[in-house]
Amino acid sequence: MTLDWHWKSAREIRDAVQSGAVSALDVTEAYLRRIDAVEDKVDAYTQRWNDTARSMATKVDEKVRRGETAGPLAGVPVALKELLCTRTGKTTCASKMLENFRSPYDATVVRRLEEADAVFLGKVNMDEFAMGSSTENSAIKPTRNPWNLRCVPGGSSGGSAAAVSAGECALSLGSDTGGSIRQPACLCGCVGIKPTYGRVSRYGLVAFASSLDQVGPLTRTVEDAALTLNVICGRDAMDATSADLPVPDFTAALTGDIRGLRIGLPKEYFTDALSDQMREKIEAAIEVFRDHGATIVDVSLPCSEYAIAVYYIICTAEASANLARFDGVRYGFRHPEAKTMQEMYVMSKSAAFGPEVRRRIMLGTYVLSSGYYDAYYLKAQKVRRLIKKDFDAAFEQCDVIAGPTSPTPSFEFGAKSDNPLEMYLSDIYTISVNLATLPGMSVPCGLTEAGLPVGLQLMARPFEEETLLRAAHFYEQNRGFDMGRPPVA
Amino acid sequence: MDYEAVIGMEVHVEINSKSKVFCSCPTDFHAPPNTNVCPICLGMPGALPVLNRDMVNKSIAVGLALGCKISRWSKMDRKNYFYPDLAKNYQISQYDLPLCDNGALEIEVDGGSKRIGITRAHMEEDTARNTHALGGGQSGIDFNRSGVPLLEIVTEPDIRSAREAHAYLTALKQILQYLDVSDCNMEEGSLRAEANISLRPKGYAEFGVKTEVKNVASFSGVQKAIEFEIARQEQVLRSGGVIIQETRGWDADRGITFSQRKKESAHDYRYFPEPDLPPIVVDDAWEQRIRHQLPELPMARKQRLEAQYGLSGYDAHVITLSRNFADYYEKVVASGADPKKAANWLTVELQALLSEAKAEITACRVAPDALAALLKLIDTGEINGKIAKEVLAEMFTSGQSPDSIVQEKGLNQISDTGAIEDAVKQVIGASPNQVAQYKEGKEKVFGYFVGQVMKATQGKGNPQLVNEILRRELGR
Repeated sequence: MTLDWHWKSAREIRDAVQSGAVSALDVTEAYLRRIDAVEDKVDAYTQRWNDTARSMATKVDEKVRRGETAGPLAGVPVALKELLCTRTGKTTCASKMLENFRSPYDATVVRRLEEADAVFLGKVNMDEFAMGSSTENSAIKPTRNPWNLRCVPGGSSGGSAAAVSAGECALSLGSDTGGSIRQPACLCGCVGIKPTYGRVSRYGLVAFASSLDQVGPLTRTVEDAALTLNVICGRDAMDATSADLPVPDFTAALTGDIRGLRIGLPKEYFTDALSDQMREKIEAAIEVFRDHGATIVDVSLPCSEYAIAVYYIICTAEASANLARFDGVRYGFRHPEAKTMQEMYVMSKSAAFGPEVRRRIMLGTYVLSSGYYDAYYLKAQKVRRLIKKDFDAAFEQCDVIAGPTSPTPSFEFGAKSDNPLEMYLSDIYTISVNLATLPGMSVPCGLTEAGLPVGLQLMARPFEEETLLRAAHFYEQNRGFDMGRPPVA
Repeated sequence: MDYEAVIGMEVHVEINSKSKVFCSCPTDFHAPPNTNVCPICLGMPGALPVLNRDMVNKSIAVGLALGCKISRWSKMDRKNYFYPDLAKNYQISQYDLPLCDNGALEIEVDGGSKRIGITRAHMEEDTARNTHALGGGQSGIDFNRSGVPLLEIVTEPDIRSAREAHAYLTALKQILQYLDVSDCNMEEGSLRAEANISLRPKGYAEFGVKTEVKNVASFSGVQKAIEFEIARQEQVLRSGGVIIQETRGWDADRGITFSQRKKESAHDYRYFPEPDLPPIVVDDAWEQRIRHQLPELPMARKQRLEAQYGLSGYDAHVITLSRNFADYYEKVVASGADPKKAANWLTVELQALLSEAKAEITACRVAPDALAALLKLIDTGEINGKIAKEVLAEMFTSGQSPDSIVQEKGLNQISDTGAIEDAVKQVIGASPNQVAQYKEGKEKVFGYFVGQVMKATQGKGNPQLVNEILRRELGR
């Protein structure tokens, strides 16, 4: 038994478990030890399911012993974001509102992972109801960036990114509404992909903004992302917005060949808003593509400047309705001192939602109100279509759009928490992808002088995850340096 | 100054799909509380709605039957408000783009017919039911009804009287039942009617301030509530007062409407398109498929029955009130019965038995061909009409064929002249006083003799023969 299974890729683990070279239980134990060793520093996990993990691993081992082919994620230890519904444990959304909530059912993606013989290690931290960019909005605890424990892991899937980056799981699932997979993946130095809207079932993903939310994997390699997509993508009869399209073998796209690939650089993504240290790394990454036969073209996404405004109207409007169900009536927090129905609503919500969630519910309620709907929500929907048109036009000139994932590397705790608008700008490069329902991913492209990861963002046409993966995989194999491991012991 | 009432109706119909509108739970909400529920209709975190196609098909059928235009592109919307019976605290409904709009329904009232415009019909989900009968100041919620499919049908303000409103509801219910899309049981809430009522001086074009009357449990209740509300508003206006826009309830016991909610507290529902559901695109082929499946509708069937079978307008009306009743009738006729006699026996005798047993025609043990066979026994003189009623009652309870009942009970009509002569002689011999009266010219006494002879023959005497022989014997 090798001692550092926790640094192996999901593919390596899967192959070894399937072939019987290692037992899923041994791999699981290695991860449990790793979590024991670093979790007090990282604090990625909100729930640890040691017994569940061991019993899932044992089942996989029995399968292998019986000579059956174990699934495509056989024995791969996985961490799940707190907002994915699971019958195991709780589904808290990192909120006091759901601190004791147990879901009566498993999310479709959770079920698909289980059917693929993955092993669940537990659930990981996030910004409350996925609203935030630093995981500081978790009502449970802060999670630290494994590359620098004084810094945030990004958000909202901060626990997912930190756990992958610190070797506390082989891969994790996150969700991305405006950048919540890509931005923490960028800040923690891992791979994160937000699939095309409709590619992955949202059934059992606690909704933040229904027209933008999408589940996706955070991994240490591009190949692992492809493997995970093979498992979680595809039509689900329980989600009317899931696309009825065939799911290709995404690993087949990892050809290493990018000759003829046209990569577009949107000028709007390379302005002064981008810090110099990020720009330097992104430009270096582009050069790798250029050096290997890709064509680099300049493109323009003129409506980008409206993306943040549009996003914060649409996502808050949808959130104001999606979060209305948390009222203390059927489940979740009910204020013990409420005496009337009105008090039950007002006191329960006021006490159990954190300030950012309350702010967004109020914003969303406002933009949908009679007399304001046309000026805000309807206008935002129109501009959203223009943003999509920008991408359609850009994709006539290129196959992949490249740029930074985040305007800055990770930052220290508290640096932006007093200024919501500055925090909102963390997503300036990622939200357009959600608004345009495109696939987007972040792949590590180096470290700053301070040793903080930088991520390259790639975007493609709807349902062209394969192009994205091919480009990202090529870059990963040819970037000419190793990201190394975070300094966390 | 004379006032004119302006009335518009909103009717919520529970569509009888097997499963709820956004999940696969059964729609039977009489099951024990909270047994027909799932994460979707309970509004659990992460659950998503999927639109029931049967609901869309049935809604299109209603739209077509009401002459509506079926939208090629419509969508669902969220209607936001907080109430414990609303699982998600928003109702999935249709706001600005309903599935059906711009139709009309022809109603018959006071011997004439009138066209009531249908503004729209849209799909939505029902709410759960709150109960405050648990005691101890506790309230309970039964989510069995949460997510039951509802079609809301809204009229133009074309109705002018309580009677027209009643006629509209009757005609609408009849169509819904013909389409077999709802059981239309008002007491159980599967059909709920609300009336918007205002008055204006006769001849004026603009509308007065309206009140909305809700929570009425029967069609006659709606009629009475509207009558009351028209009278109330007229009194307010005549005494120089103003009508307040409000929702009013109906107190059936006291026969009055009462104020429930003022307009000031009306909600801003913050409607917006439901992002969890794709738009509903109904192409020509889909609409045509539903159109071809439509049954013959009540008005058309009534006219056909009049023309085809020579029925009176009244009989045709009564027979076509329900599709099942009309189907039954046509089966009786198809089995060889005379159409007019069949109509008569169906609307009078069988209907009486059904009413007494509180049974539906679909549960009737008398098969249509058995009723035709019974009528044939009368035609051929096997039994008389009086005996036939007894046989029908027996058929109704036992489900036996008329022939076997007649055989078993020996009910065959006595057409044996000798036997009747014997009975007549016996009766005349036993009634000297009546014979004397008859001979004095008291024709009325003849009925007495007929009755006595029928009694003596256990009702089986052939009435014609009994008459003939009595006249002959008494005349001697």
